[in-house]
Amino acid sequence: MADDLKKLSMTLGESLRQQGVSRRGFLKYCAATASMMALPPTMVPAIAQALEKAKRPSVIWLSFQECTGCTESLTRSHSPSVENLIFDHISLDYHHTLQVASGDAAEAAREAAMHENEGKYIVVVDGSIPLANPGYSAIAGISNLQMLEETVAGAAAVVAVGSCAAFGGLPHANPNPTGAVSVGEIVKDKPVVNVSGCPPIPTVITGVLAHFLTFGSLPELDALGRPMVFFGQSIHDRCYRRPFYDKGLFAETFDDEGARKGWCLFRLGCKGPMTYNACATAKWNQGTSWPVESGHGCLGCSEPDFWDAGGFYNALSIPDSDLTRKTGYVVGAGVALGAAAGALNRSTRAKAAAQHETVTIDDLDKKS
Amino acid sequence: MPRLQDIAVKVESPDGTQNSHGNALPILHEIHHALQRFSSEGEYCCIDLRSLPFGPGDEEQLLQLLGRGEIHVTMDALGESTIWETAFSGVWIVDHRNAEGERVALQIEIGSVPKIVFSQQEDIVDAIDRLEAKLKEH
Repeated sequence: MADDLKKLSMTLGESLRQQGVSRRGFLKYCAATASMMALPPTMVPAIAQALEKAKRPSVIWLSFQECTGCTESLTRSHSPSVENLIFDHISLDYHHTLQVASGDAAEAAREAAMHENEGKYIVVVDGSIPLANPGYSAIAGISNLQMLEETVAGAAAVVAVGSCAAFGGLPHANPNPTGAVSVGEIVKDKPVVNVSGCPPIPTVITGVLAHFLTFGSLPELDALGRPMVFFGQSIHDRCYRRPFYDKGLFAETFDDEGARKGWCLFRLGCKGPMTYNACATAKWNQGTSWPVESGHGCLGCSEPDFWDAGGFYNALSIPDSDLTRKTGYVVGAGVALGAAAGALNRSTRAKAAAQHETVTIDDLDKKS
Repeated sequence: MPRLQDIAVKVESPDGTQNSHGNALPILHEIHHALQRFSSEGEYCCIDLRSLPFGPGDEEQLLQLLGRGEIHVTMDALGESTIWETAFSGVWIVDHRNAEGERVALQIEIGSVPKIVFSQQEDIVDAIDRLEAKLKEH
């Protein structure tokens, strides 16, 4: 117990030194942290200086209407790694899936963390909150809404992890039987960071936590409350297949010549032009690949209401006009076309959401 | 059981002959400009390759174009890191891996020596203490 308390009061620099980590090891850790936070390497000295004095923040992780995919994404990604190292240096005081304690003991841990770290702790939420009937999702007899409201009351900030917590996600999909809402629709008096994705990229989740650990503040956010460093550019604009788009070279089916040659998946329903996320650079499975590199279009999972945006394989992104001919004229001006197609997508998405279009196996057969 | 990175995944190149997606050459230009600035003004530069949207083959092509120089360093701190000077003097590759051998950072440094190679002041102070303790033992 005394050791635990001592560890809690130590700075990150002290903790690492106690574990026998050299200054070189610490600088390597800082370089990896900078890369994870999508900050330039020139920031490493500033990160080292800040991390040297950083103290372990308390983190309370609440899981509501969710599938645990976000936790799976985080814990199965790199093991052990910089992320794990970071978790050694935050105090994860409550997490349904990961904690040993259960029942009253688990709830007591949450209340103790809230009490001991009043005004300083971070609340991470995955899953949406049902408002139609509190009985749809409750923990220890406490409704999701009540647990969220009482836990965020003393928090420094809230991180909504995954599209369910950020935008309502799958539970919020039409017809939204549970009346699911996002964290941001309930929490209005605390800073809320949306780390969307179904699931989110693990390094993006830890990158946001690392930013708070390092600088004691939250990163700059976009209009949807997402960190700009990770969600500032569209998948389309960072896609390595973008040159094919600019040349008007598209895969028409999943097994044609274009697909085999790695051409743009725009016509196969890729939602890259209207999706903002870091998949193209952070990638998945230890940086091995990402959906587009694997030959599948982006689903747009980090955008609001992606589940109601029409079928994943419906060519929402293909305008009615002859795109190939048009792209031939605008080689080198792909950004403008991407923006136009994105606007068209939003319109088509809205229509699809209203009509709640579905895709059948037959539809898929027709496409492939 | 093989690790994920041990499974060879080969992606067909777009036109059958090209083995990258054209992102290596722009980085080579950036390195060229950075090296000029280092030579004339002494300005150190570091490029994080993990922040770039490389396609299959781009990283391999860039590393192949840069080649290998005279110095190769292995660093064992929180996992193994390998550092080598490329065929172009002043251009270094720093490849940081964790204890599992997974890459946590890949950087190109433009300078005389990558900064992490130098002995660090904090470690030197610690070394003095340990040396004194060792001397007391004998």
